[in-house]
Amino acid sequence: MSRYIATRAMRGANALVIEAELMLDRALKEKGADTPVAFPNTAYYLPTILGMTGKAVEKLGDLQPIMRYARDLLHPIPAFAKWTPYLGETLDSGMATLLAAETIEVVRFVYGLQPEPMPDSFTLSGGTNYVGSEGHHLNGPIDDIQLRSWGIQLVDGRMPGFAAIVGCAKSNEVAVKIVRELQRRNILTFLCGNVNGRSIIHQLQEEGVELGYNTFTVPFGTDTISAIYALGFATRSALTFGGLKPGMSREILLYNKERVFAFVLALGEVDDLKYAAAAGAINFGFPVIADTVIPEILPTGVTTYEHVVSMPFNQIEGKDDLERAEQLVQKCIEVRGVRVKVSNVDVPVPYGSAFEGEVVRKADLRVEFGGKHSRAFEYLHMAKLDEVTDGKIEVIGPDFAQIPAQGSMDLGIIIKVAGRQMQQDFEPVLERQVHYFVNGASGIQHVGQRDIAWIRISNNAADKGFNLEHFGRVLHARFHEDFGAIVDKVQVTVITDPALHTEWLEKARAAYDFRNKRLADLTDNKVEEFYSCTLCQSFAPNHVCVVSPERLGLCGAYNWLDCKASFSINPTGPNQPIKLGKLVDEKKGYWEGTNDYAKIGSHGVVQEVSMYSIMENPMTACGCFECIVMLIPEANGVMVVSREDTSMTPAGMTFSTLAGIAGGGMQTPGVMGVGKFYLISPKFISADGGFKRVVWMSSVLKQSMNDEFKAVCAREGDPDLLDKIADERSVSTVDDLLAWLEAHNHPAMAMEPMF
Amino acid sequence: MAKKREIKEYSTDPAAQQMLIRAEELGIGTAFTRADNMVPCNIGGAGMCCKQCGMGPCRLTKNGEVGVCGATLDTIQARNLTRAIAAGGAAHSDHGRDMAFLLKATAKGEAEGYSIRDVAKLRMVASYYDIKVEGRSPEEVANDLADLYIAQFGQQRGEVAPAVRAPKKRQQVWREQKVWPRGVDREVVEALHRTHIGDDQDPAHILNHAVRTALADGWAGSMIATDISDILFGTPAPLLGQANLGVIKEDMVNVVVHGHEPSMSEMLVAASQSPDIIAYAKAAGAHGINLSGICCTANEILMRQGIPAAGNFLHQELSIMTGAVEAMVVDVQCIMQALVGLAQNFHTKIITTSPKVKIKGATHIEFDEQKALTIAKEILKTAIDNFKNRESAKVRIPQIKESVIPGFSHEYINYMLGGSYRASFRPLNDAIMTGRIRGVAAIVGCNNPRSSQDYLHNLVVKELLKQDVLVVQTGCGAIAAGKLGLMLGEAGLSEVGSGLREVCETVGIPPVLHMGSCVDNTRILTVLTQMVEEGGLGDDIDQVPAVGLAPEWMSEKALAIATYCVASGAYVIFGGASPVSGMPDRVSDSDLVLKYISEGWEKQYGGKLEFIPDPQEMIFKSLEHIDKKRAALGLPAWEKDKFGRSGDAKMNELEKLPLAEKREAIYGLAAD
Repeated sequence: MSRYIATRAMRGANALVIEAELMLDRALKEKGADTPVAFPNTAYYLPTILGMTGKAVEKLGDLQPIMRYARDLLHPIPAFAKWTPYLGETLDSGMATLLAAETIEVVRFVYGLQPEPMPDSFTLSGGTNYVGSEGHHLNGPIDDIQLRSWGIQLVDGRMPGFAAIVGCAKSNEVAVKIVRELQRRNILTFLCGNVNGRSIIHQLQEEGVELGYNTFTVPFGTDTISAIYALGFATRSALTFGGLKPGMSREILLYNKERVFAFVLALGEVDDLKYAAAAGAINFGFPVIADTVIPEILPTGVTTYEHVVSMPFNQIEGKDDLERAEQLVQKCIEVRGVRVKVSNVDVPVPYGSAFEGEVVRKADLRVEFGGKHSRAFEYLHMAKLDEVTDGKIEVIGPDFAQIPAQGSMDLGIIIKVAGRQMQQDFEPVLERQVHYFVNGASGIQHVGQRDIAWIRISNNAADKGFNLEHFGRVLHARFHEDFGAIVDKVQVTVITDPALHTEWLEKARAAYDFRNKRLADLTDNKVEEFYSCTLCQSFAPNHVCVVSPERLGLCGAYNWLDCKASFSINPTGPNQPIKLGKLVDEKKGYWEGTNDYAKIGSHGVVQEVSMYSIMENPMTACGCFECIVMLIPEANGVMVVSREDTSMTPAGMTFSTLAGIAGGGMQTPGVMGVGKFYLISPKFISADGGFKRVVWMSSVLKQSMNDEFKAVCAREGDPDLLDKIADERSVSTVDDLLAWLEAHNHPAMAMEPMF
Repeated sequence: MAKKREIKEYSTDPAAQQMLIRAEELGIGTAFTRADNMVPCNIGGAGMCCKQCGMGPCRLTKNGEVGVCGATLDTIQARNLTRAIAAGGAAHSDHGRDMAFLLKATAKGEAEGYSIRDVAKLRMVASYYDIKVEGRSPEEVANDLADLYIAQFGQQRGEVAPAVRAPKKRQQVWREQKVWPRGVDREVVEALHRTHIGDDQDPAHILNHAVRTALADGWAGSMIATDISDILFGTPAPLLGQANLGVIKEDMVNVVVHGHEPSMSEMLVAASQSPDIIAYAKAAGAHGINLSGICCTANEILMRQGIPAAGNFLHQELSIMTGAVEAMVVDVQCIMQALVGLAQNFHTKIITTSPKVKIKGATHIEFDEQKALTIAKEILKTAIDNFKNRESAKVRIPQIKESVIPGFSHEYINYMLGGSYRASFRPLNDAIMTGRIRGVAAIVGCNNPRSSQDYLHNLVVKELLKQDVLVVQTGCGAIAAGKLGLMLGEAGLSEVGSGLREVCETVGIPPVLHMGSCVDNTRILTVLTQMVEEGGLGDDIDQVPAVGLAPEWMSEKALAIATYCVASGAYVIFGGASPVSGMPDRVSDSDLVLKYISEGWEKQYGGKLEFIPDPQEMIFKSLEHIDKKRAALGLPAWEKDKFGRSGDAKMNELEKLPLAEKREAIYGLAAD
């Protein structure tokens, strides 16, 4: 700090704590101490308060001791002369500010003032689900579902960090540029605050920038207080992925300093409250960068690099404001030490993972390939080195110029790769990347894969000159960048010519069939090594996934082939082969190699791991699992809860609460976080009876994987099994579940006891 | 007859100079004039005189000469030095012992007026020794801790407990060198035994025991004293205080507290605030009662209670010369016998309080912890009763005082660098690693009337600050810097190099941190240990870019401190004369011990003790050592003015502009 900042931050903290106390007093009088308080869809109560104090706030009355505690953290502002030290005191005041801010926001929820309402012209592009809402409001806090689904991207570096932007940019143009620069780097962007009533949220809305989960830009609220949601997100990431417990405040803050690459960007005037909130953020190791003149704090220690940096916007070097905005973002990244990988893809639209979730709506649509009215496919195959011309991109057939607006046409994308390290097994691994690579272009939407691919180009992108050749450019650049270790040459052919399209579609389908058979053939007993996946150890230090052909990683993103390819790309990386060695127990899935590795990989926390049992030494989980499998003892079976399911389960807990038990790298018999495709594997809890043990399953899973489950049921010899499995629409308690199982004659009831 | 010095050569402190002029007017001698008159014995001063037995004293002044018993010069010097270290260690440790007894009495509810004020520290200290804390009252925990601490003094075998708080690697060094103290008293007794006629006569072997005896002070006796003082009276945290003779108030009853132990002085502070005593003082015609401190008692009550410090060691006589002191209350250590005679020129009563210390001619009111508050009130009443005897014609109070911000316990330093949630030494280590802070200097120790008072202290401090060296101080050195205004946040902006300025401004600290009294040098050991544990500065104290200095040393305690710091890995530089200097220009091999405690100890402990009278050389050697340690750690070489961009200066300038211009300058164009 400096004395100037300390003075203003402490003053801001003192004021906000008083404000929170007054609001709470009023709410207690008007609503009563027993009024329940909560943020939507989270198992972490009020997450900052929970993390920092260990107190689970469930009703208004619980907030009183929190506010007393916050008050104790306040200090008188430093004397004008002969001052006593103020750094520690300012950081404490910052923490008081955060506790007060979270208190204020939850009281606002009680009064229906959160999430912050917006005019009907505003619609979130993906956000926290509020019952009965039509999305004409800002997001408020991020829910646990989204936190977990972003988890894998945060840990594998695709999403290098988050930026909390507070205030209002110099102009709308600058606001858009800043956000685009952050998106281009896949940095999650939280928006809040205002300057004289105008917020960057207003600026972006006016410029038609899509805001929401889908575009990595989350508008929290138009005041500074809503910045607390960013710190609640940070706190939860430590609780979710770091295996830390509520109240371990120091560890939670250090976890964030060391692992969560976040920073605060203050745009426009910095008032007392912003200084106070910034002091709170510095506790997390998040530095503050301002685009105005504020005192700089350059010595390090509480944060990894500089604490407070001032970059007065008009003094930034650059030929225009856009260049200045770019420089500003660059500086933020430097100060936080964010490790950013920027893809330099030569296309006329912005490019980055932040655009992966963008949706091209019917109204914005220029042309689509695939979907209802046309057929699109993508096919990647390897060839000899001399058969591939690197960088050659051919478009065979007409462009979409002749297609009317919102029309469709057939498309085939054929990628021919060659490389000394390339193997045929890697073809599907690489081909699946087409989805992510194409989606990274702003204004392009990609869904599906193989011959059910569906690609849309928006008007905006087409206006900027995006054409079919650019698919080739994107793929060429990205395959080199991400898979350069195995791919030396990439050639892309884009086909719209009807005859050629038909011809290649046949070839592609033959290849898909071949791969399906190969995959079906690829079973655990036919390989000599599994793979470790320690990708998440940057977040969950003691967790390790063991990935086998029949059991993919719990995040759903890495199967055995992916791991194998990853090992070829980076032989010292997070995926290492585990030589199975001697088979110890075939049924439960113990090998000497996997057991030895479990000890090493978990740093001694886990002694043994069973590949096929949930009851004995089950595999641990980081926090980014797609579903949770949990024993229901009364039903002699298990339930499967999807991460997307927010409803109550027969275990008496929602997914969010269950996730706290399943995550953090701890071995808990009877509870497991898994990838959803493991559910259809013949090895799914095969030691405990397999898929027939599933007595309850979130309906979203049943629907989205209906065909796959049908096949599993047939395989298990009970074709109607899926209908015997209860879901949240009919059953939410154990009693109901037992009645359901009885009525539907579920096989689990007759199976031998699970334990 | 030695040359008499000018007043300004006696002291650089203007308040002291005024009082010394006053002394000349009154024809009163002081330590300064006595130093002029008393030429130090050059043979004894060089450590070349042995008076250990009735066959001597033997003065060894010729090449190859030995004592009557055959003792060689290096043996004699090693014995003399070891005895001094034992005496110094004994003084600190006996202070620690009394504190342990006081803790025990407090735990049992037998100490009137005392309580456990810092329960958090009690629990923290208890946890070092696996004393059960959960579910127990502070008194129960304190009782166990007191028993453990009392046992450290009489322990015969094993290892003294507090030393386990040292870095792991350092502990190993002590075990390898066989110097881990067994028990405090045992080491002192053995030191006396081994230096008796006809005992240990291998200088290296004798000095090895000197190290063990000193470690029993630094990592036991003194550490115990600091721990318990904090537990009973509160761990210091920064507050605003004052220093120098100007704190004596003409219209009040002035009681100056002098000595070392906080047990009595804290009770005097409490008593001085009680309404009946204030009323009693007012009834005597005064506006109230004004306490101030001298020497380390001053430090103890300054850093905890904000009671002003009248001055350091050489101010004890000068404060009486103000003619406005009703009583000087003393306990132990560094109390000049001359006070009694001097006080007879004024109305001042010298009141001795320790059962261990009586001075002929002084009033003795013996301190007893069981009736502490009652006795404290009795002492204050004695002072108040004396107010009527003050002769206003003789009152001369220098109107000179300076504000100070003391109170930098290692606990607070930890807090100040990260607050309640992120407390750590990381920012300090980072600052050293980047080179904002070049290194750390602990500048401690006494005043010595043979040099100009405060001159060496302040010269060295001021120059090191400009070189981006963070300074921590204890004892009389601390008061010297305080009197000069170096213990204020403002000094952190104006008196320092640009890198250190950034750090001072970030944290809000003065560039010179007051860490307590001389017994509190253990706080510095703790800070160094925590810096090592934080990481980035090596894995033991001897690797930290730090240096210890005692430019104006005079007491045997200083030698004990120096030795335990060396054994903990520090480079220690003393100013003034070396007690083992020998006369290498006249007697060959008379500097063997001098070399041994430098080069020999450096090989064993990574630290060394050197005596350097020239302040410029002292500064040069300090920086050289710091830079050497930086290089060894692979840290970037320090560069002048490399840092310094951050801070408030620019903002403060802009804040002075008219509103419209200010807005434009700070925010640029308003957002649209």
